[in-house]
Amino acid sequence: MNTIVANTLTVEAAAPTSAVQTATPVAAVVEAAVPPPRMIERAGPLEPSVRSKWFAGLVVIGYAVISLIPLVWIVMTSLRTPEDAIAYPPKVFAQPSLIGYVNLFTTRSRVGADELAALPPATSWYEQLVREQQMILAGPSRFQDRYLNSLLIGFGSTLLSVVLGTLAAYAFSRFRVPGKSDLLFFILSTRMMPPIAIAIPIYLMFRNVGLNDTHVGLILLYTVVNLSLSVWLLQGFMDEIPREYEEAAMVDGYTRFQAFIKVVLPQAATGIATTAIFCLIFAWNEYAFALLLTSGTAQTSPPFIPTIIGEGGLDWPAMAAGTTLFLLPVLFFTILLRKHLLRGITFGAIRK
Amino acid sequence: MNAVLTRHQGLSDRTLAWLFVAPTIILLLAFNIFPLLWTIYLSFTNYRANKPNADVLWTGIANYQRVLGDEAIWDNMRATAHFLVCSITLQLLLGFALALLLNRKFRSHSFWSTAILLPMMLAPAVVGTFWKYFFEPQYGIFNQIVNFFGGHVSTMLGDTQLAPWAIIIVDTWMWTPYVMLLLLAGLRSIPPYLYEAAEIDRASAWTTFWRVTLPMVMPFIILALLFRTIENFKMFDLVDNLTNGGPGSVTELASIHLKREAFEKWRTGYASAFAIILFVSIYGLSLVAVRFLERVKQR
Repeated sequence: MNTIVANTLTVEAAAPTSAVQTATPVAAVVEAAVPPPRMIERAGPLEPSVRSKWFAGLVVIGYAVISLIPLVWIVMTSLRTPEDAIAYPPKVFAQPSLIGYVNLFTTRSRVGADELAALPPATSWYEQLVREQQMILAGPSRFQDRYLNSLLIGFGSTLLSVVLGTLAAYAFSRFRVPGKSDLLFFILSTRMMPPIAIAIPIYLMFRNVGLNDTHVGLILLYTVVNLSLSVWLLQGFMDEIPREYEEAAMVDGYTRFQAFIKVVLPQAATGIATTAIFCLIFAWNEYAFALLLTSGTAQTSPPFIPTIIGEGGLDWPAMAAGTTLFLLPVLFFTILLRKHLLRGITFGAIRK
Repeated sequence: MNAVLTRHQGLSDRTLAWLFVAPTIILLLAFNIFPLLWTIYLSFTNYRANKPNADVLWTGIANYQRVLGDEAIWDNMRATAHFLVCSITLQLLLGFALALLLNRKFRSHSFWSTAILLPMMLAPAVVGTFWKYFFEPQYGIFNQIVNFFGGHVSTMLGDTQLAPWAIIIVDTWMWTPYVMLLLLAGLRSIPPYLYEAAEIDRASAWTTFWRVTLPMVMPFIILALLFRTIENFKMFDLVDNLTNGGPGSVTELASIHLKREAFEKWRTGYASAFAIILFVSIYGLSLVAVRFLERVKQR
């Protein structure tokens, strides 16, 4: 265990980093030995036939369209009136309306017809929409606060877990850390625990130190949950950066820390951005801790959206509007991430 | 080379390594290990979180005996097992089929695979709420679509026979893309020369599938199976919003039961014992999962 760390640095220096293996030599041997008997009729040896491609395309597109119906339906519901949203049978096409969004962002109170008539004319389109429902504006809703909380807690915890994760990943990638594989397994295992089970002691712990229902409490907690992903993913990205870069910089007189900051970090930018998006999506979507550890001040959107109620029950268009605004950023980031999704869900094990 | 590397000034690598790893380890100790130890302690007591000033008595293994002897717990476990087996079987079959089809690389296949992936990135809590709306007997679209195809359902969420299938359907909708993505990676990792060799041997498509495709994808199938099992074993967000364990307790999965015991009935000691039992089961599964992760990594 007392090996000088610097000694171990050179050992793996020239290890190939790409996981992709080319099969050409073997294939070439096989083809040379036996003349290919049936490969002439197709474009390539493994190219599926045109008919099978058509079939595959039709089935996959059919599945995709059906699986996207719920998402499209949410967006459509957000643009309906509360009456249309609970019409029987459900309407596919309805007169679009922005009432859902107006109701999402405001609180309103019902007034009598003569009282409404006595008011000065509405000053904005949304006030007009509220008046048409026989109501007047009473103020903003809590949705804005919850959405801001989601943003603040999401970005705060992402920043922390990416910074800490980058440092730890660099150490795991470049230095000999005693008990490295056990540590890495321990780090990953923390993510596999059921949140409700962890929430019991965390709830008591936060209550004792006054972190219940605070932004700091949730930021710290999400940072810790994300650290596992962040360390594992970033270690994979770090492993792909050739050690020669830092070594060259250190020959030029940089300290290792300077080499890390000025050489490794810029090289790891894509990996860091990818990791950050995964952490952000997790924190954005997290529900169990937010439900149990927050009630007002620091509550995020996921526990709030299901509780949006209108008169006489759930206000589906307002809920759909909140859901739409909540899901849109995730859809955007998912499309941005599509090339790295696999890497994220396998904690960096499969690189593609 | 060694001489060059040891010559540099500044912090030694050993110090730097510890400085870099320490914050992560400290946070994990504070927010994972310490709480875990506390849970273990609580599981041997009669502590109730809503009565912080009451005397705490050491009750030994009484909580564990009560958990394992509780008929309701075994109902929850049966519900959890039913959910796990059905949802994961469906996801594996559908996901594998989709992966095989997508692997034929038809035109626009990458666009459609991204479209298919969208549901798995969404917040399960919000998804659960909205599926409640789709399952509404009067104005929900799910019944309309089923009836359109000649089926007949009235209340998916109110029926003790159908409610377990409602959560299976939503979970399958959400997580089939996950399985598909993993298995697609498995299919693409198969070296083409294996298929060329099979073709030279004039193996039928069926034989090629059983002798080449399936064995080569198997580690990925097992990985998907393990990850989905762990995730669904912890399942909370979606079911909490979709059925909240009801009707009665037919969809009360392990985590939902844990929430009710810990945060509604405030039987903290009892809930801690149940939490530890869940911990141990999931820890065992994750050990195996990490082994497969390493195995797949070497490909």
